[in-house]
Amino acid sequence: MTDETLLSARRLSLSFGTIPALVTVDVDLWPGEMLAVVGESGSGKTTLLNVLSGRLSPDSGTVWYRDPAGRLHDVHAMEAPLLRKLHRSDWGFVQQDPRENLRMGVTAGGNVGERLMAQGARHYGNIREAALDWLTQVEIDADRIDDLPRTFSGGMLQRLQIARTLVTHPRLVFMDEPTGGLDVSVQARLLDLIRTLVSRLKIAAVLVTHDIAVARLLAHRIMVMQRGVVVETGLTDQVLDDPQHAYTQLLVSSVLQA
Amino acid sequence: MAYVAVKGGERAIDSAHTWLAESRRGDPAVPALDLAQIEQQLGRAVDRVMGEGSLYDRELAALAMKQAQGDLIEAAFLLRAYRTTLPRFAHSHPVDTASMHARRRISAIFKDLPGGQMLGPTYDYTHRLLDFALESGDAAASAPSAATDDAAMPRVHDILGREGLIERDVAGDAEPGDLTRQPLAFPASRDVRLQALARGDEGFLLGLGYSTQRGYGNTHPFAGEIRMGEVSVEIEPPELGFAIDIGDIILTECQMVNQFKGSKTAPPQFTRGYGLVFGHAERKAMAMALVDRAMRAAELGEEMTAPGQDVEFVLYHSDNVEATGFVEHLKLPHYVDFQSELEAVRRMRAQASRQPDVVEQASREPVE
Amino acid sequence: MRGYNFAYLDEQTKRMIRRALLKAVAIPGYQIPFGSREMPLPYGWGTGGIQVTASVLGPDDVLKVIDQGADDTTNAVSIRRFFARTAGVRTTTRTTEATLIQTRHRIPETPLREDQIIVYQVPQPEPLYRLEASRAETRRMHALAEYGVMHVKLYEDIARFGQVAISYDYPVMVNRRYLMAPSPIPAFDNPKLHRMPALQLFGAGREKRIYAVPPYTDVRSLDFEDHPFRAGRAPHACGLCGAADSYLDEVVIDDRGQRLFVCSDTDYCAERRAAGHVGAEGLAEAAE
Repeated sequence: MTDETLLSARRLSLSFGTIPALVTVDVDLWPGEMLAVVGESGSGKTTLLNVLSGRLSPDSGTVWYRDPAGRLHDVHAMEAPLLRKLHRSDWGFVQQDPRENLRMGVTAGGNVGERLMAQGARHYGNIREAALDWLTQVEIDADRIDDLPRTFSGGMLQRLQIARTLVTHPRLVFMDEPTGGLDVSVQARLLDLIRTLVSRLKIAAVLVTHDIAVARLLAHRIMVMQRGVVVETGLTDQVLDDPQHAYTQLLVSSVLQA
Repeated sequence: MAYVAVKGGERAIDSAHTWLAESRRGDPAVPALDLAQIEQQLGRAVDRVMGEGSLYDRELAALAMKQAQGDLIEAAFLLRAYRTTLPRFAHSHPVDTASMHARRRISAIFKDLPGGQMLGPTYDYTHRLLDFALESGDAAASAPSAATDDAAMPRVHDILGREGLIERDVAGDAEPGDLTRQPLAFPASRDVRLQALARGDEGFLLGLGYSTQRGYGNTHPFAGEIRMGEVSVEIEPPELGFAIDIGDIILTECQMVNQFKGSKTAPPQFTRGYGLVFGHAERKAMAMALVDRAMRAAELGEEMTAPGQDVEFVLYHSDNVEATGFVEHLKLPHYVDFQSELEAVRRMRAQASRQPDVVEQASREPVE
Repeated sequence: MRGYNFAYLDEQTKRMIRRALLKAVAIPGYQIPFGSREMPLPYGWGTGGIQVTASVLGPDDVLKVIDQGADDTTNAVSIRRFFARTAGVRTTTRTTEATLIQTRHRIPETPLREDQIIVYQVPQPEPLYRLEASRAETRRMHALAEYGVMHVKLYEDIARFGQVAISYDYPVMVNRRYLMAPSPIPAFDNPKLHRMPALQLFGAGREKRIYAVPPYTDVRSLDFEDHPFRAGRAPHACGLCGAADSYLDEVVIDDRGQRLFVCSDTDYCAERRAAGHVGAEGLAEAAE
């Protein structure tokens, strides 16, 4: 691992029975950069996300995280309490289905304020203020602060999830198809929001997507996966404008045709 | 009129108990129940009380039923409370149901099998027509008997197991857990789960088992074998160094053959669900086997979608003595807490009527 | 009681419970699992409290049993009799005379002393149970001090009602580490838990958990800095003794909705009246 990376992984391998999901995958992520992992379903990209975030253990290989003090941690050797704490503070995870990451029976304000309260925030007024601020930042009407997420549209739920995740200013966010299942126009607005927030807050992110256009819009670097293997990696524009590997070429050309 | 604080709780309880004793006895002109009558002629209820009371003693169960006026959960409670006071002096060897002296043995998965299909004394195939002849006199019908064929009666699971068609149950060395001594902890191992099911409420397990058949966590069950009969209970006193037979008990055992599990590389095998209860209690044994298998969902890599598969849900709510205690505890005075709720609601209503938009204000203006 | 051990439980069981109590005292507010026994009273009716009392009771103890603050409510009577029969100990209705007090849903108004023990009957020991049904998960939350979700509940109440809507079994932080359910005492009683000189023991028989608050331990009710905890009570004085600082029962007098408020703590009220205090109802009586 070089001195500067925020997250690194070497030789990650994982098989489900006889099916290889990850085959000696290496990853490097620098602070403040967005890395897109693209591929079709079955490429291993979501598995990679889960292994990088410690949610799934690899058969072999290591993942290291550098904390704000500069110390390296082996993510899979970490004690469960420490990993859980990391997920609630320094790290964030944006799910494809926001319902999995929201408390549907708790108001929007409560959802956004939870991570603050988990970290010890004990002033109702301040928590509410922070929640209002974040709802505004993700373009949810402040009036909705006391509404239950049940009444929100798909796009609003996703934005609420983002607010809930970013409220503690995580340094590293994992995103699993954050725009999946949304209308094209809603997607565009959401992508714009993500791009603005990530760059303003200097958040590093690993973004999994099957959609090349999303990768092009948001990511500095891109990793292309096919059947568990990283076939190509590099700066987004370079890889997408001048794909070297046959599979990348296929992906890029199929987007143009569509 | 001046308020006089109500006193006399002691007297009230005493009077209530006297009245209870009277109503338990009923009309004194009617002959009192004989324990032997209960034990002999209400045998299935006795079996249920023994099972849920976790104590094999037919006479005590009959006594409990008489004392409880036929309330079977109350009777099970009496047995359990009594059981707590009994000293334990030995553990038996695991009973060998393969050598059961079976009165009844059926299999739904084979037309015929070694040992044969023995119907035994069953309600199956009776026509549920009230028999008014029973109103006056109950002449004991005499069933024809035949010499027992001591042919071996191998367990169906062993028959399937010889071909490797069904998963093996591996005997462990660890001491089995005991819920009557230790609190339930999760993850709960299979021995503890089975113990909880064996003493669990028949109705609750029946409902859950039924739900798995209807799609709430389907386990694709077949009744591999059900047998009911006597097994001997053996203990091995350390002074003797060998096992001695201390008596026989009647058990009902149900082995379910369930959804096979496997893949292209791991050859598929049927999986198992198991039920074992005191006395003649098929419904309970079968329900237990269905729920046992459903609770293995996580272990067998199946999706957990239904209450019957949720181990915590099943184990925490299957004990009817615990359940009835807590449900019925709502009868205890709760007026102090209710008073607090009353005051809280009154306060909130007063606040709401004074300032109609107080909540709206709170949402717009941060508190300084 | 022929054939039974002192206080009903056998010595092995008492030892098991005392071991659990020691662990509980060593980790204030933390729920210790214990092998709760089947008792001759139903689960939910005080078997946990009874097992704790039976394990610490000695022949020289003086036992007081109250339910809803009163000595003569039916369940308090039943439990007191149980111990009178199985232990033959002296019983009392006077808080000051008791060495051991078993209670359901109230703390006596008279402050307790260092030489006293109070045993609470607990129906639901898990303070997070309404927010998280899985015990396996709540155990992890306690281990990791993950209590954010409890504050979310408080936040929601304030957002919806303008105040926290929990009026009894109000969750507390013990020794600044563990979240604890103080049993369904009214929120009014919560301040009494803080730095109490007496030893506080909690028994949940059905749920099979024991926990404890050692003497002089920090116990704070959860709140927000700008919405501090308030101990509420009915804004009246006791009709019988005139007390303005005790928790009151509301008694419906007639079918026209007439109400009378009286001390829930019957011993406290009786002591005050013996000392000459008279409430409005008593004065009206004298006038008649």
